[in-house]
Amino acid sequence: MKIKGRITEVKGTVVKASGVSGIQMNEMVKVGEMGLIGEVVRVEGDSAYVQVYEFTTGLKPGEPVEGLGSPLSVTLAPGIVGNIYDGLQRPLSTLEGYTISRGYTAEAVDINKTWHFVPVVKPGIKVQGGEKIGYVEETELIRHYIMIPPNVSGTLAYVAPEGDYKVTDQIAEVQDSKKQSVSMLQRWAVRIPRPIKRRLVASEPLITGQRVIDTFFPLAKGGSAAVPGGFGTGKTVLLHQMASWANSRVVVYVGCGERGNEMVELLKTFPKLNDPISGKPIMQKSIMIANTSNMPVAAREASIYVGITLAEYYRDMGYDSLMLADSTSRWAEALREISGRLEEIPAEEGYPSYLASRIASFYERAGYVETLSGDFGSVSIIGAVSPPGGDFTEPVTTHTLRYVKAFWLLDPNLAYSRHYPAVNWVSSYSSYVESLSEWWSLNVSDEFETLRKKALDILFKEESLRNIVRLLGPEVLPEDEKLLLEAANMLKEGFLKQNAYHEVDRYTPPLVQYYLLKLIISFYEKAKEKLTEGATVEEIRSSPLYLEVIRARFNVKSKEDFDAIMKKVMEF
Amino acid sequence: MSGSITFSSVQSIRGSLMVIKTNGKLGYEELVEIELSNGEKRLGRSLQVSEDIAVVEVFEGTQGLSPRDVKVRFLGRPLELPVSNELLGRIFDGLGRPIDNMPEPVGSEELDINGKILNPYKREYPDEFIQTGVSVIDGMLSMVRGQKLPIFSGSGLPHDMLAAQIARQATIAKGEEFAVVFAAIGVPADTAIFFRRELEESGALKRSVLFLNLAEDPAVERIVTPRVALTAAEYLAFEEGYHVLAILTDMTNYGEALREISMMREEVPSRRGYPGYLYTDLATIFERSGRITGRKGSLTQLPILSMPADDITHPIPDLTAYITEGQIVLGKELYHKGIYPPVNVLMSLSRLMKDGVGEGKTRADHKELSDQLYNSYSKAMEIRSLAEIVGEEGIPESSKKYLQFADAFEKKFIKQDPYENRDIDTTLNIAWDVLSILPESEWTNISEKSKKVYMSVVQKRNL
Ligand SMILES: Nc1ncnc2c1ncn2[C@@H]1O[C@H](COP(=O)(O)OP(=O)(O)OP(=O)(O)O)[C@@H](O)[C@H]1O
Ligand SMILES: Nc1ncnc2c1ncn2[C@@H]1O[C@H](COP(=O)(O)OP(=O)(O)OP(=O)(O)O)[C@@H](O)[C@H]1O
Ligand SMILES: [Mg+2]
Ligand SMILES: [Mg+2]
Repeated sequence: MKIKGRITEVKGTVVKASGVSGIQMNEMVKVGEMGLIGEVVRVEGDSAYVQVYEFTTGLKPGEPVEGLGSPLSVTLAPGIVGNIYDGLQRPLSTLEGYTISRGYTAEAVDINKTWHFVPVVKPGIKVQGGEKIGYVEETELIRHYIMIPPNVSGTLAYVAPEGDYKVTDQIAEVQDSKKQSVSMLQRWAVRIPRPIKRRLVASEPLITGQRVIDTFFPLAKGGSAAVPGGFGTGKTVLLHQMASWANSRVVVYVGCGERGNEMVELLKTFPKLNDPISGKPIMQKSIMIANTSNMPVAAREASIYVGITLAEYYRDMGYDSLMLADSTSRWAEALREISGRLEEIPAEEGYPSYLASRIASFYERAGYVETLSGDFGSVSIIGAVSPPGGDFTEPVTTHTLRYVKAFWLLDPNLAYSRHYPAVNWVSSYSSYVESLSEWWSLNVSDEFETLRKKALDILFKEESLRNIVRLLGPEVLPEDEKLLLEAANMLKEGFLKQNAYHEVDRYTPPLVQYYLLKLIISFYEKAKEKLTEGATVEEIRSSPLYLEVIRARFNVKSKEDFDAIMKKVMEF
Repeated sequence: MSGSITFSSVQSIRGSLMVIKTNGKLGYEELVEIELSNGEKRLGRSLQVSEDIAVVEVFEGTQGLSPRDVKVRFLGRPLELPVSNELLGRIFDGLGRPIDNMPEPVGSEELDINGKILNPYKREYPDEFIQTGVSVIDGMLSMVRGQKLPIFSGSGLPHDMLAAQIARQATIAKGEEFAVVFAAIGVPADTAIFFRRELEESGALKRSVLFLNLAEDPAVERIVTPRVALTAAEYLAFEEGYHVLAILTDMTNYGEALREISMMREEVPSRRGYPGYLYTDLATIFERSGRITGRKGSLTQLPILSMPADDITHPIPDLTAYITEGQIVLGKELYHKGIYPPVNVLMSLSRLMKDGVGEGKTRADHKELSDQLYNSYSKAMEIRSLAEIVGEEGIPESSKKYLQFADAFEKKFIKQDPYENRDIDTTLNIAWDVLSILPESEWTNISEKSKKVYMSVVQKRNL
């Protein structure tokens, strides 16, 4: 029986209802004559507080409130990939008109569409939750495995023969104490992580094609990373780059409280950009969730969980999923706003005291795992953080940095001088460097780690020399130190900077990252020799080869391109 | 006007808020009309409703109100603006009531001033270049139709002049209709008069709608003025097909009004007393811009805001820049050098420039050229501050060119007359002139292809 009560108070998007005894925490409810959707966030006696996922203008005390009997859940079925959803997994592409009206409902996937199901098991065997029983080709890039829901197990009494089925058709039956029907569609409560067999330690990099990240501050598959940065420092561009080029099988991009046009940009570019590995449009591996900044905050809070659950679902099929959240600060602000309306006692800067634990449990959902079906899969999480005033000591940034294992701090001074991506190479950090170095030496070059260290060494030395230069000018430095400044300049101009809008520069495969590093370090070493032979730094700097090595990032695509410049460097 | 009309009484008054008895009859964010014993009427809106009482904000303020001798009437609807083509050429107060001694325009519909959420899926990506005739904007911070690009300014800086120049010069192709929606939010009367005159002199007044909440007008009203103006702007853009430029000035006054109400409601503040929902609230204003698939018009926003104490990290400019698609920052330094428009190029950004410029839109060399100018100018600024410390002797010969370059960039490229309208070719050619002060070995962003464009520019000059 459904629980029905009525509204007694409306305060922004938080509504108090009475006469709802028996309603559960986090239960979904329908609010008011318009049937707005909300979620129970506090229960007190026979009253409950509901955060409504839509604007509440016009809502009156006395209007009905009805419990829906289940917590906020997502639909998991073929047809998710390539879609754009709002924060509650309602598809945005099937809406009439150009605005979003309140109280609209729609299925997350087309339930009339048929999919060609191919079984991979035979009836009679014992099955556990998570086991793959067949698949459909969801897109050219995603073979969508149909799995026994995690809470179901028993003897497989029936499996549908190969053929075309709707997502709601029965395709299997599991006999336990009772018979349970299985279709291609499952539901999962978003606030509960999907179960796995066990966690493993990741040792493979998530290749992003972004040089400063892959080479200096890498992320492992199944890892977690944050990108804190003030406005305009390049968080979104960096996340878009990751979504475009990362070697993950599935990408879930959550626009959480950010600009509508940024989602349009993804919609516009994803069908045209090809995945560097498969050559197919990356739209075929992407899921987009758009909760733009002008949408109600409660749905913003939910959108993060909807996104991570979708990422976990594809991980459970044995894929590497990448979840990108822009921006987790807007999610935290939504928590703050709801908490404020509930008149909870605030901790720092008005944020609720449970902010840290929410952040921690979100990033905990990243991981490289053995799935219930015995495959290996991962969820990697990258979250943008937007500190007010660019102040990294504020609560969301400080708590996030405690829980992620890599962070790329964006530096406003680099951004102002148009050094993009504005990742500060002194204060950024990755705990994955060591565990991934073996991959680089086996798959790219055994010299890579040495080059990487040399490059960092140059950059750090420059940092300290810069303090002298700032006070006394570069002319006071001896020639070899002046040359070191030039080497640092080459690393910045020719390696660290990366133009997201340049056809070649925007994506650099690992091998080319090695080439570029090798060119710059070799040039520097060669130049040092020339210095001892009496050449001046000014001469070295004005040689055409200096510019050619710097511009190599726009031109080097293959070993031949590299060899041609390398030859000139060796003859320099 | 629908909904039941009920009379009610006032329990208490505090600041511009009132607590009234409702018996559950008042909906959230619905309007009430407050009638004083002398017949004066004021408008209020509920901020919180419960079974017996509601908290109401009174737009005209509560001065002179006494709980005993006012009558409150529920209007049964949220704040709405009647919209139609007849809005053009008219002047309204901050709540959307005519103040030009003409009758209330006949609306073809009444729209909730909060607008509706644009479905991001139905948005069209803004990529049509707007030529403003201002070199530093067209060349370095190109605007596109449907963008929201604020001017961040300080007291005494010519932000109004620049906004008016953009409104005057922004060109439009033949057969297209252009309209200006102007919202004054707590600004002095002379600012409103200045814009009115500028629009009049350029012949744009009959294509404009003005909403005026002036400094002397009630602060609470400021909460709705930008929303009323954007309701008109959205209607003209998306229903009537106009290319609308919405100028909102000064959004800092808006933010302060919001803080005032939040304080009165005793909400937990976040930074500097501003409410925790300032970002979300500003977003519901700034996101009301753009283009829509299959619709002719566009809505471009040019909000102006003054940075308190010239501090860009102040919550209002900070959160604004987190929402808008870039920012044009004006600075005292250039202003004192006599440079108009005093745009601090390095602090400024147009995020939508990349798709609005280039071959077929402006010119093939545009992107690389502006990237290069940004790079070189930022390097020049470093060298300039170094030279100020160690003197010109302390810097290498090769760096001295940068000092010349920076001067030329400021005095030839950025600087122009408020009534000078430069086309994009002129702007880019000046850019090449300035860049060519630096030796080609410094042109790290310029491809061979663009160098050829440059050569042809030089050749044309020499003919
Ligand atoms: N790698 C890059 N290559 C070229 N341009 C870049 C790059 N990264 C950032 N930019 C420039 O910086 C601008 C701002 O970047 P972005 O929108 O990603 O900032 P953000 O940190 O997400 O800001 P906000 O917090 O306000 O959303 C971009 O519009 C683009 O012009
Ligand atoms: N990093 C990126 N992420 C997503 N899309 C991108 C990225 N870089 C480029 N694109 C898109 O890829 C396409 C080609 O971009 P590219 O930058 O190579 O051309 P372009 O320099 O913009 O060319 P033109 O000057 O002719 O417009 C464009 O649609 C662009 O928006
Ligand atoms: Mg962003
Ligand atoms: Mg392009």
